[in-house]
Amino acid sequence: MSEVTQKYPLDEDQPRLTVKDPHPRHDTQGDIDENERLRRAMANFAKNMNRTTASYMEACVHCGQCAEACHYYVQTGDPKYTPIWKLEVFKQAYKREASPFGFFYRLFGLKREVTVEQLGEWQELIYDSCTMCGRCSLICPMGIDIATLVGQARHGMFHAGLVPDELHETAMRAKEEGSPLGATAEVFEDRVEWMADEHEVDIPVDKEQADILVCMSSIEIMKYPHSIAATAKILNTLGENWTFRTEGYEATNFGMMAGNSGWQKEATMKLINAAINCGAKLVVLPECGHAYGALRWQGAAMYGKPLPFKVQHISEFLADAIASGRLRVRKVDQTVTFHDPCQVARRGGATEAPRVVMEALGLNLEEMAPSGDFNWCCGGGGGVITIHRADKLRYKVFELKMDQVEATGARTILSTCSNCRQSYADAKEHFKWDKDIESLLELVADNLA
Amino acid sequence: MELLDFVRGPGLQIAVIIFVAGLAWRLVHILLTVRKVDISEPRSEAVRAGGLRAIFSRFVHHEPFRTRTFNGTVLAYAMHISLAVVIFGSAPHILFIESFTGLSWPALPAVVIHVAAALTLAALLTGIGRRLKHPVLRLISNFDDYFSWLVTALPVATGLLAVAHVGARYEMLLALHILSFEIFLVWFPFGKLMHSIIVFGTRYSTGYAFTRKGARV
Repeated sequence: MSEVTQKYPLDEDQPRLTVKDPHPRHDTQGDIDENERLRRAMANFAKNMNRTTASYMEACVHCGQCAEACHYYVQTGDPKYTPIWKLEVFKQAYKREASPFGFFYRLFGLKREVTVEQLGEWQELIYDSCTMCGRCSLICPMGIDIATLVGQARHGMFHAGLVPDELHETAMRAKEEGSPLGATAEVFEDRVEWMADEHEVDIPVDKEQADILVCMSSIEIMKYPHSIAATAKILNTLGENWTFRTEGYEATNFGMMAGNSGWQKEATMKLINAAINCGAKLVVLPECGHAYGALRWQGAAMYGKPLPFKVQHISEFLADAIASGRLRVRKVDQTVTFHDPCQVARRGGATEAPRVVMEALGLNLEEMAPSGDFNWCCGGGGGVITIHRADKLRYKVFELKMDQVEATGARTILSTCSNCRQSYADAKEHFKWDKDIESLLELVADNLA
Repeated sequence: MELLDFVRGPGLQIAVIIFVAGLAWRLVHILLTVRKVDISEPRSEAVRAGGLRAIFSRFVHHEPFRTRTFNGTVLAYAMHISLAVVIFGSAPHILFIESFTGLSWPALPAVVIHVAAALTLAALLTGIGRRLKHPVLRLISNFDDYFSWLVTALPVATGLLAVAHVGARYEMLLALHILSFEIFLVWFPFGKLMHSIIVFGTRYSTGYAFTRKGARV
């Protein structure tokens, strides 16, 4: 599908891809008839409907408690940010067209037909103001996994050409170039060579056979390349037979975030094929939240059968290596707080791994309140950081994080997600904040015993 | 035919038929939807236990959410518990249930039922006031929310009037009480009242899926 409209031209000279006029608007892609747009939205939303999601659509009692878990509502007090309301048009369409008593709703006019204008209006709610952090899924008394439904709604929005332009463009760039930030295979090899020279570390690329395939995120490759060297130092210290592969080095998956399952599969299959090609028994994913969900939890579904290798987030790999005594680290006399990436912790189940690592480093960890599975999102996930028109809201939401961090007294924040790191770094600059966000991986690499 | 005869006879039969058929259709429709099988490598195999755990654990909010949800939660529990006491503790209701199922149990003292019914009504009135006033609830509420509230409140209100013999002859008040219950039964499968059944499925599914990932339920 589709090119972005030229109504709001993209400004590619900015540090972050943005549109030249970032005022609130609804973006559309492709020259599609409105009825067709609507049909595609609903068909692609319904395509992924299964027994569980159908029961979710039937279950909401409108208690409104999900609002209390959502950083957008808590920070603004605006009821439109109530998580379940973000799905209202899709609920409306489901009830009318696909629910057990759809005929009843149509007969008595209890549910109006969804219009393309409504979908346009909901674009802000489904993309700009939802990071799919899943906090609402933990509070729902009915047990509705609202974040999953938002992901499903994004499938509908994408195929209807109703995605914020920057996110659409970023996802398309990822599909066409293999990276959303221009980290093509050539660029990646160049960065690897640079890091190998600068850090005097051996970084294997395209080894024919390796036990471990390691991937990086575009943000690390382009913005935090020291992560490449840090990963290499640790794996070399462990004496692992590992490699990067140029046919599958980039772990981010913007197809998934934008809502295109075809693009999602394409990106995932690159990693799967790279692992199979080198006979890897383990794929180690980088400090990236959504990349973990994309391969660890959704990879097999994309592949169509169980993955022939194990998948670990780098924090899990480090925790295992430390717990088994294979990796030893020096004590670091530092007070830190830790930001749990939603997709690794709350949505991914790997909440304890970084704490094992931090304990080994002897850090004085001052936990945020709340932390772990209940941590507030940084506000940059779900592709939101790419959407420039959402910046004002994102900064408003980030004030919650600032309050949390300030309350810990720590000056340094550690995280295991480069997107969260980018989100913090961007907010630091915006607020002239005196706190530093750092990578746990890099801290380990700098303190190998 | 007197109204009381109607609601005790054909009215009740019609209501029960619609209730059972509607309930079955709604559940079958959900169960016939394709089941998604997760083939990722599970972090935990105790998925069924996780599903069951979620059914019970979601009765109480996780600690970080409790302060912000306190009012809504207290109100919901006040309404549900007191309503359950009235439905299952009142002697006439037990006789009614026994006539259908043959099951019987000791009734609670009448004074307990009266207090519980008053509490239910008070909670329902507070609930509807809150729904009309709270910006979030006002925005997300629809016909189903208000109608479901009405068909829940009517049997409680008419039951209290019948017991107090206020407003009309006892036979008429009793007939209205049974009629309002039948309206409740008829509406039950079509609206949000079904949450009292669907909740077990949604909590179980989420608990199952989250446990598989090793995530918090």
